[in-house]
Amino acid sequence: MQILQAFAIRSGYAVILLIAVLVLNFSMMHLAPGDVADTISQSMGGADQELLDKIRADYGLDQPFIVQLGRYIGGVLQFDLGFSFFYNQPVTDLILQRLPATLLLVITAQVLALLIGVVMGVISARRPNGMLSHFVTFLALFGYAAPVFWTGILLLIAFSLKIQWFPVAGMMDVSVEGGFWFRAGDIARHMVLPVITLGSIFLALYSRLARATMMETLGSDFVRTAKAKGLSPNQVVYKHALKNSLSPVITLAGLQFSAVISGAVLVEAVFSWPGLGTLAFQSIIARDTPTILGILFFSALVVIVGNLLTDLALRLIDPRVGGKG
Amino acid sequence: MSLIDPENTIPEARSPFSEAWEMFRGNTAAMIALVILCLIVLGAIFGPYLYPTDPFDMVWAPFSPPGADGFILGTDYLGRDLLAALIHGARVSIIIGLAAAAVSILIGVTVGALAGFYKGWVEELLMRITEFFQVLPTLLFSMVIVALFGASLPMITFAIGVVSWTAVARITRSEFLRIRELEYVMASRASGATNAKLMFRVILPNALPPIIVQAALMVGSAILFEAGLSFLGLTDPNVVSWGQVIGSNRQYILDASYTVTIPGLAIFITVLCISLVGDGLNDALNPKLRSR
Repeated sequence: MQILQAFAIRSGYAVILLIAVLVLNFSMMHLAPGDVADTISQSMGGADQELLDKIRADYGLDQPFIVQLGRYIGGVLQFDLGFSFFYNQPVTDLILQRLPATLLLVITAQVLALLIGVVMGVISARRPNGMLSHFVTFLALFGYAAPVFWTGILLLIAFSLKIQWFPVAGMMDVSVEGGFWFRAGDIARHMVLPVITLGSIFLALYSRLARATMMETLGSDFVRTAKAKGLSPNQVVYKHALKNSLSPVITLAGLQFSAVISGAVLVEAVFSWPGLGTLAFQSIIARDTPTILGILFFSALVVIVGNLLTDLALRLIDPRVGGKG
Repeated sequence: MSLIDPENTIPEARSPFSEAWEMFRGNTAAMIALVILCLIVLGAIFGPYLYPTDPFDMVWAPFSPPGADGFILGTDYLGRDLLAALIHGARVSIIIGLAAAAVSILIGVTVGALAGFYKGWVEELLMRITEFFQVLPTLLFSMVIVALFGASLPMITFAIGVVSWTAVARITRSEFLRIRELEYVMASRASGATNAKLMFRVILPNALPPIIVQAALMVGSAILFEAGLSFLGLTDPNVVSWGQVIGSNRQYILDASYTVTIPGLAIFITVLCISLVGDGLNDALNPKLRSR
């Protein structure tokens, strides 16, 4: 059970990373001008020094930095990320309401980009001068250079405003009642454009890498051996070569989790998708610091869990991936 | 000399720059991209003098389409000249792109060089820090920095630079790890070169090719990054940039889609050209790909 052991070590390390994120979060909150007392007094329309001092004492803001930091981390361990005075709700509740929407968007886009990217990469590696191969090259350039929010708006103009195939904004149509399947279909219809917008960037990355590694694998000795012993071209590609070309693509996909979330922030803003990105955007405008930092923490958590799962997947696919690192 | 080499077959020694330029010039796409890029930069430098219309001035009726009423690219929802916004915005987008890339290359090269040169606990520590920065979603992190510490141009530049140096650090580190074991480095060390001299005079120049390529791509990413931030409204409200034009006009795409498509096209073309130039540099500077 070497895999489990390695996984346990990685998990322990992930916890340290999370605590580091919390320390960074708290230090930024501390360094930024203005504190909770200022926020409260503003929402009350101003307060005198005496009241400010009382609020600071109530919230423990007069304690030394290290004590406050300890309290903050202790709070987070009990799922307490502070209180949002703008939304009048605990930050954790607020985030948990929005997290599913973001996860749905991010995971669908990642999984589709990975699957389609690998298929496109494999097909175009077998025909390096075919149409699809040229499309992969084009997509790689376009995916890097086009601002994701711009692609989103272009799709919105084309498919929601000009041809009204897809809804303009949001995640579901609340004005219509319906059962579970109706709702699922409704959400799927709302998801099409955001997922295409977000997924296309990563599709570009994965298909290009899949093509490159597949072409390299197809030129290697063991593939020649497989061909020589009389396997059909499809068997060679899908049984032998594919497995060996997957690891680099999955490694890349694992490294992209933080980029996917960054992209999701912009995509959510374009399509008014009710996820963490929209929440981040709204709370930044409202200067709601606890919520902003809570979102940063949760998104780091999503990235870390994503990395752990990638690591596990790599070890399961390719036993040569070993060691503690 | 003709005694040794009667047919003149030994090529003359040339500087690595002229050799790389020769390679680069052969790449048509990269050359075209370079020319367009030069035009964009010249436009950003001199455009505001040639076309001094203030991009914040309301000069005409709103939503006047491109070409009508004498405004080449039309006017936006407040009746501001879109061409003026594009020309004046180019400066901000390009300057922030360059400055943020410079910040991230400075941090990345320093971290990567120290980690690759000293190895041991220094490398362990620095690479853990790099990993830490990779875990934070870049855009969210810089949104937080800008939101907490103010949306001035230097702060935006810093916020972009400080979240995007990790790739540079990794590349620099692996180059340093490879080069530090080579014989000429050993020789300099044996002849008494100090660590600082080894790092910056001996190893760094030889590690530069992949760093230069990455630097070119960083400028493109930083321009995209700035566009994303200003699209979200996290920008200095007193300056105009391409992303900000898109962000402020996006509610009106039904009335005037050109106010969004045209500035986006400007970003797209600029970043596309940078990436093509980056590809050209990669071919020209990567000795493994050279056919000789």
